[in-house]
Amino acid sequence: MSIPLGEGRAEGPANRSEPQPMTTLTLETGKPPSTIWRQAIPWLIAALIAAAAPTILPGGFALSLLCRMAIAIVFALSFNMLLGQGGMLDFGHAVFLGFGGFLALHTLKLADTGWPIPTPALPLVGAAGGLAAALLAGWVCTRRSGTAFAMITLGVAELAVALVLLFPGTFGGEEGLSGDRSAGPPVLGFDFGTQSQAYAVIAAWAWAAALTMFLYTKTPLGRLANAVRDNPERVSFLGYDPARIRMRVFALSGLFAGLAGGLVAINDEIATSANMSGEASTAVLLMTFIGGIGRFWGPVLGAVLITFLSVALSTVTDAWQLYSGLLFVTMVVWAPGGVAGILAAHGPMLRNGRATTLAPTYAATLPGLVLATAGIIGLAELAFRLQAVRNGATPRPLLGFAADPTTLFPWLLAATLLIAGALILHATAPRAKAAWQAAAQDASGA
Amino acid sequence: MDTLLLILLNGAVYGLLLFMLSSGLTLIYGMMGVLNLAHASFYMLGAFLAFTISTRIGFWPALIVAPLVVGLLGAIVERWGLRTVHKHGHVAELLFTFGLAFIINEIVPLVWGRIPVPYRVPPALDFPLFQIAGNAYPAYRLFMMAVAVAMFLALFATLAKTRLGLVIRAALTHPEMVGMLGHDVPRVFTLVFGAGCALAGLAGVIAGNAFTTEPGMARALGAIVFAVVVMGGLGSIWGALVASLLIGLVQTASIALDLPLGAALSRIGLEVPLNHLDDLWKISISRVAPVIPYALLILVLALRPKGLMGIRSA
Repeated sequence: MSIPLGEGRAEGPANRSEPQPMTTLTLETGKPPSTIWRQAIPWLIAALIAAAAPTILPGGFALSLLCRMAIAIVFALSFNMLLGQGGMLDFGHAVFLGFGGFLALHTLKLADTGWPIPTPALPLVGAAGGLAAALLAGWVCTRRSGTAFAMITLGVAELAVALVLLFPGTFGGEEGLSGDRSAGPPVLGFDFGTQSQAYAVIAAWAWAAALTMFLYTKTPLGRLANAVRDNPERVSFLGYDPARIRMRVFALSGLFAGLAGGLVAINDEIATSANMSGEASTAVLLMTFIGGIGRFWGPVLGAVLITFLSVALSTVTDAWQLYSGLLFVTMVVWAPGGVAGILAAHGPMLRNGRATTLAPTYAATLPGLVLATAGIIGLAELAFRLQAVRNGATPRPLLGFAADPTTLFPWLLAATLLIAGALILHATAPRAKAAWQAAAQDASGA
Repeated sequence: MDTLLLILLNGAVYGLLLFMLSSGLTLIYGMMGVLNLAHASFYMLGAFLAFTISTRIGFWPALIVAPLVVGLLGAIVERWGLRTVHKHGHVAELLFTFGLAFIINEIVPLVWGRIPVPYRVPPALDFPLFQIAGNAYPAYRLFMMAVAVAMFLALFATLAKTRLGLVIRAALTHPEMVGMLGHDVPRVFTLVFGAGCALAGLAGVIAGNAFTTEPGMARALGAIVFAVVVMGGLGSIWGALVASLLIGLVQTASIALDLPLGAALSRIGLEVPLNHLDDLWKISISRVAPVIPYALLILVLALRPKGLMGIRSA
């Protein structure tokens, strides 16, 4: 199944024809109040879910997972301000989270020594740190766009991590900095020492930050960012400077990434250079893209999904990193709209009653998909087990079977599954694609 | 004086190695507008394949076979991967090669393990060539230089003198027109992509045993090579040469100077006030070495946003 990128871009060209006042900051002018209320409903539901989640999913493990998800949501949304909304691919986005975290932790250490700084204010400090770092980095990066921009962010990120490790006095070297979040002055009787109180702070900040980032997409700057992504020449003919717009968006995005860094400081009570490493930048790119860069809620979906999978699967398999990489490349090639793009594209079709024609063709591809996936997983797991055997460890059983990776049979089995699955997919996918294209045409009213 | 000569020699070897990667990268970019982020991963594959082949049939066959295998892999990636993604635009292509690099960097430790593999210099070349600054200079370094230079002469001869080179150079600027004249431009693209990857693979074969062959080598060198290409000006092969040699020399020199920054400054007559930014002045220059390529990149871009020899801004 193939979904062209253009289909998944609700914030993109389709909305450009809508007249937007460029001089005022009024949001959604000319729309009846009922529309505004309808737009508020998802945010109320999100607040309800965030508030109810700790009661629905009790236990310390679930709570720390929820905290991670909330932080990942803010981070991924800030990343998508650049990639999805501004067309800027930032390979070093974790730098801003990292700097925000370091500044927040230095502030936390001040609070530990008696300064009256309440813990819930730390994300603001983090945001200031992220903004400062983004202003510095943006001065170099945003003068260029496209591929050169992406490469420069890569260089800036390497530079930032190397610099942080050069100054162990300020950034704590390899171990990083640590503090105590319960040492600050209590707010309303809470000292934020327990994980559930920390969750309340993190969830509230994440909700507010997400809402702010959503409202930003409706401002003139947010619209101009879309325009610079789609056609920078046209924007400069209109009298705007694309480089300056990129700079502003970059700075704002850094601010929210720094805020996420402040949340990390509250959650972990530690700030290390690992938070701003290339791996961290890669992780946010993967989760944002898999969630979907064409919709505002795509990164939210990706953050929740990938955080959950990385925690759930890393206890089951050693190959999680490999799987997430494979999933990412699969998405880039066949579904560039991400999970959100797939879901959003099917919404109108389901309402049109197209489900009955689509479902059988999709179901036909399912056996091939399952077999091919099983084959890939089998091969990867066998390879990991072979490494374990070579290192003298006893490999864990594969789905309950004691598959011996030193014998040929399991390898042949996995390879057969993969080839059979690929052949079935090759035979069934064109029909599903044709049905999808017909439905898409139908839904767009052509 | 001898130390300076040693720095020059080592810097030239390192710079030429960087150029083996950056030339392919910048040629592919100039032609297709794709910056192959998996380029350093192909370099790593070259080193690991050469290790495996050299333990079976020896180093000399590996020198030929490993780059060919890597080049074939590159061609496959272009034909069935990049070409599919092309319709989604340049960001999608960049993301595709990024994902590819991620996957290769995960698969390599899966096949060869996480620790360095014992890939050694062939015995025929494992002898000191001459004494310099109290150190024996390994003959293999000179061999590396010879391979690199021979490779570039062959590359330039192909580009400048052959019919294929003519088509490639024409396709760089006017792909549609070349297509109209009856040349299969997509196939030229596949060929150039494969050749660029083979060049990276060759760099891996000759560098893997001089340095260490381990799963982190792609990441370590990759970021520097990308900095080189941007610094030289994306798409400019001469810019890549200048930037490669510049970074090679500067980085080698800074590693050789094991002196605290403060002491280095006071040696050239600048006294540093103590108690102030203590952390900074205690850093030895050799520890700053990893930062230098990126600091140079930012310096160059601040003065010349198009890069040293860039013609167009991307």
